Amino acid sequence: MSQLIIENLRFRDRGPYSFAIAGGECLGLQGASGAGKTLLLRAIVDLDPHQGSLRLDDLECDNIPAPQWRKKVSMLPAESCWWMDVVEDHFQNFSAVPQEHLARLGFGPEVGGWQVSRLSTGEKQRLAILRMLENRPRALLLDEPTASLDRANSNGVEQLLSEYGRTNNAPLLWVSHDPDQLARVADRCLFMHVDGSLKSCGGI
Amino acid sequence: MGVKPLSAFDLSLAAGLVVALALCSWRLRLGLEKRMAISALRTTVQLLLIGQVLRVLFAHASFPFVFAISMVMLMVAGREVGARQHRRIKGFSGWLLGTGSMFVSSFAVAFFALAIVIANDPWYTPQYAIPLLGMLLGNTMNGIALSMDRLTESLWQQRRMVEQRLLLGRTSLEAIHELRQQAMRSGMIPIINSMAAAGLVSLPGMMTGQILGGSSPMDAVKYQILIMFLICAGTGFGVVTAITLTCRKLFDDRQRLRLEVLQKQ
Repeated sequence: MSQLIIENLRFRDRGPYSFAIAGGECLGLQGASGAGKTLLLRAIVDLDPHQGSLRLDDLECDNIPAPQWRKKVSMLPAESCWWMDVVEDHFQNFSAVPQEHLARLGFGPEVGGWQVSRLSTGEKQRLAILRMLENRPRALLLDEPTASLDRANSNGVEQLLSEYGRTNNAPLLWVSHDPDQLARVADRCLFMHVDGSLKSCGGI
Repeated sequence: MGVKPLSAFDLSLAAGLVVALALCSWRLRLGLEKRMAISALRTTVQLLLIGQVLRVLFAHASFPFVFAISMVMLMVAGREVGARQHRRIKGFSGWLLGTGSMFVSSFAVAFFALAIVIANDPWYTPQYAIPLLGMLLGNTMNGIALSMDRLTESLWQQRRMVEQRLLLGRTSLEAIHELRQQAMRSGMIPIINSMAAAGLVSLPGMMTGQILGGSSPMDAVKYQILIMFLICAGTGFGVVTAITLTCRKLFDDRQRLRLEVLQKQ
């Protein structure tokens, strides 16, 4: 059982936010653009300064080095960034990426040798998911993971991430603009208003 | 043989060349004529002033006086490092960072050269100490300004890459590894290049001055070699110090990239 607990989280003029996501549970997060959903994710992954307490079970964020926290509680940014020439150089060990994960996102093992400059936005996004999962994170923060994907690929990503959450008992925080998607993947859902306040939304 | 003295008329002939260039800049609309005039004027006034100061200083070679002058030089160099950066670290700590690195490397190297290598009595003999420190500070200043500018600029442009690496669980040092290397290299390359070209392409300024002043070429050359080594070490260690400190300043204790410590100018 690993539970992500956010208690009195404040950053900039936002908060306090308090909520918990149980292991294997997926919490959807909706809200207007600019409401601060990404900021909330960045604070939870400890990339932005914040006050309050972040815990994964009884592991307190402030008690372990930040890089370790970010490996355990991983964030997938809305737009992925690549800096080497070839895909596999961004992985610690590309050959250890499960063939089955590759196949489910529409790739073969040869993708490791592909030039990054020739990847489409959608391909980058799907590969970024595999790159994030390589750290075997214990909680996932997903910032519009399928925004740049077509229907078929979007389904593959939804299934892979949901299954990862269930089989590893990992909490998922899933930001999306698509209510239908959240209805499919999320167990419950929060809505962020423009002023940054959260309320739970009905219908799921 | 002493130097053949130059009259005000001799200098105004040379100034005529700068005026001609300023006219050219005006015709070509380079917009540099005003800056050129101000800079030329500053050169004249500053050098005449320092000439007077050095005249007094050489007559009364006291340590506090030499130290005070070198502090003024350091302060001005520190201000210059800040002014040359497109995005610099806000506030006093930004100034302290550049100036402190310059102080540590330049003054340590200058002291080493004066007290141990040249070993005059007293070691702070101003005829040696002031020009030596001046050359060291000037070059260290260039190196540090160049490397810090390179670091902050490349971090600013590649902040998404750096943050993506942090998100993947890399440490701050791993995340900016090659940006840091490039910054250090860009600060050291100029002096390495000028060591390689010394004597072939250009006769370095100090050596030229000494030869004009009547020293034997071999004496002048040996001093120039000494100076080259000192400048190389001073610049290099200064750059390493400044970049290391700047990197620390750009991340906080939780290894978050804090670009808000930078201000654009």
